[in-house]
Amino acid sequence: MQPDHPTVRVVLAEDGVLLREGLAGLLERFGFVIVAAVGDAAALADAVAEHEPDLVLTDIRMPPGFTDEGLRAAVALRRANPDLPVVALSQYVERSYAAELLDSGHGERVGYLLKDRVVDVEDFVSTLRQVVAGGTVVDPQVVRQLLNHRRDPLARLSPREHEVLALVAQGHSNAAIARQLVVSEAAVGKHVGNILAKLDLPPTEDTNRRVLAVLAYLRGGADR
Amino acid sequence: MTVPNPRTPWEALTHRRFLLGTWPWQALGHLLGTCLLVVAVAPLLGLLALPWLVAGSRLLVASSPSLGSSLAMTVLGAGLLAVGLPLVAVPLAALERRRLRMVDSRPVHSGRPRPSTEDRWRQLRTWYGEMATWREVAYAVLLVTVGPFLCVVGFGTLLVPVLFLASPLLVQRGGAPVILGFVSVSSTPEALGYAALGLLLLPLAAYLLALLAGAHAAVARALLHGGHEQLRAELVEVSRSRARLVDAFEAERRRIERDLHDGAQERLVSLTLRLGLARLDLPPGSTAHRNVVDAHEQAKQLMAELRELVRGIHPRVLTDRGLPAALGELADRSPVRVAVRADLPDRLPTHVEATAYFVVSEALANVAKHSGATEVVVTARRDGGLLTVEVADDGRGGADPERGSGLTGLADRVAVIDGRMFLSSPAGGPTLLRVELPCSQITPPSA
Repeated sequence: MQPDHPTVRVVLAEDGVLLREGLAGLLERFGFVIVAAVGDAAALADAVAEHEPDLVLTDIRMPPGFTDEGLRAAVALRRANPDLPVVALSQYVERSYAAELLDSGHGERVGYLLKDRVVDVEDFVSTLRQVVAGGTVVDPQVVRQLLNHRRDPLARLSPREHEVLALVAQGHSNAAIARQLVVSEAAVGKHVGNILAKLDLPPTEDTNRRVLAVLAYLRGGADR
Repeated sequence: MTVPNPRTPWEALTHRRFLLGTWPWQALGHLLGTCLLVVAVAPLLGLLALPWLVAGSRLLVASSPSLGSSLAMTVLGAGLLAVGLPLVAVPLAALERRRLRMVDSRPVHSGRPRPSTEDRWRQLRTWYGEMATWREVAYAVLLVTVGPFLCVVGFGTLLVPVLFLASPLLVQRGGAPVILGFVSVSSTPEALGYAALGLLLLPLAAYLLALLAGAHAAVARALLHGGHEQLRAELVEVSRSRARLVDAFEAERRRIERDLHDGAQERLVSLTLRLGLARLDLPPGSTAHRNVVDAHEQAKQLMAELRELVRGIHPRVLTDRGLPAALGELADRSPVRVAVRADLPDRLPTHVEATAYFVVSEALANVAKHSGATEVVVTARRDGGLLTVEVADDGRGGADPERGSGLTGLADRVAVIDGRMFLSSPAGGPTLLRVELPCSQITPPSA
């Protein structure tokens, strides 16, 4: 148990028994409380209704159809409760999944990660905490692919601003970005300001604009 | 028109040296054989047709037979003919094909596929289902009905000049007047005149015989030769089996992908996760910690490699999300900027999706490798039963299917599902690759 973190009650949905047990073990190791671990989307909805968890962690591909049942369930849950933190695990990068998920609720407290990320256990756990704390996290690979092919209005961003936006999309704070890029926090703030301006995002509450910037990415993906 | 090396009596007819060659004798020999066969086969067919002949004659002589017995006779006769005719006709046809070689040097085949079994009984049964058999039956029936007339005409043709030629001898030996058709000859000088006429008629008879033998050979070839039919049937079977092979291949790939995905990949992620957990509990700097960290990194590497491998076998996104999503993923992974316009509301048949994906995947790889393009546009649209996929780049062009097997492989893959591929790639560019894939079957949109 790590006392500096509040106890997070988790509903876990994953159809692979081995991985489900592994994930449960991992989460418990870091002080999360697994209130339910289920194997399909219907059971996920039931478990959330019953336990009202602090976090939902779900595989996207689940029985019975093995396509996007987990995503459908997650989107439905967030429609009912837009503040419910949800992290979805995907087998492959599918931008429409990420966009759908981010469009649900207010675009906050939501994460889209490749399944393989779970093996970097500490990063994974910190990602979950970011989402619980209200952050938005998109898998670095999704961001990287978007950056490879982005056109206007993102084409107007400088390479450095791209880098910063990528880190924003991954849910990092200005301070964390500054550490990672080895620049001052003020410099990061300036970059973020430029990004928001270049993406024509209205100057309102700060987190929301950051989320909107990420969404701009993903929406750009619609026409690819 | 003169044929240099005649292959049939009809071709030989136009030849200047026809009378000096062997063709008149070949024709004569062939006709002789035909007549012998008519004599041999006619009783057999007559026997088979006996019930019908009886029923027919009863009707003719109006001996007021009961309707029932006539009907029974007719049905019995039909059965007897249906079962018996092929038994006579097939061996007869085999013999006739051999005999046909005497007057026709072109190859002649039954058109039957090589028997797939040694089992004689089964082979016999397949006879009854084959088109070739019933054409052979038609030949047998023609032989015993038209054949006699052929023989009469043929030997009449020969008999007249021969008798004319022989008339002097006949007159001398017998003394009595010799009747030659409508005329009677009684004196030697008169007979000599007819002999001269016979000599003139003899070449004419040779031509007539060749004409008759040619007619018979043409009919026999038309009914007994099934070379093209066999070839066509084999071709259809070959293209079907090719499509089946590709389908099976594709299904097998999907199965392997699924097995790896649900089995090995899942287990490996779980294993790597446990290694990641284990390294947290070991004191940093210890040998155990170093080993576990090492194992964890190796497992992660293996995970990445396995994911790429599985993706190469059959992309999961194609199975789950269909063609537009899979094309989008391809575009994302391409080093060249790719715009995808895929407006496909419905899922397509799996083999069409797989082929279209394969084509775009290969085309994008080619673009990245050879074209020097900076921008690619991939479009996919469906008009009724036709899916059209285009890959257009702004590169330097000059793509040539003759060089390099990539484009040939694409064309082969497209041909398997009866699709067509077009390539326009002038030197200097741009390059446009278009494939049209038929997809009649409509699958409802998934999820």
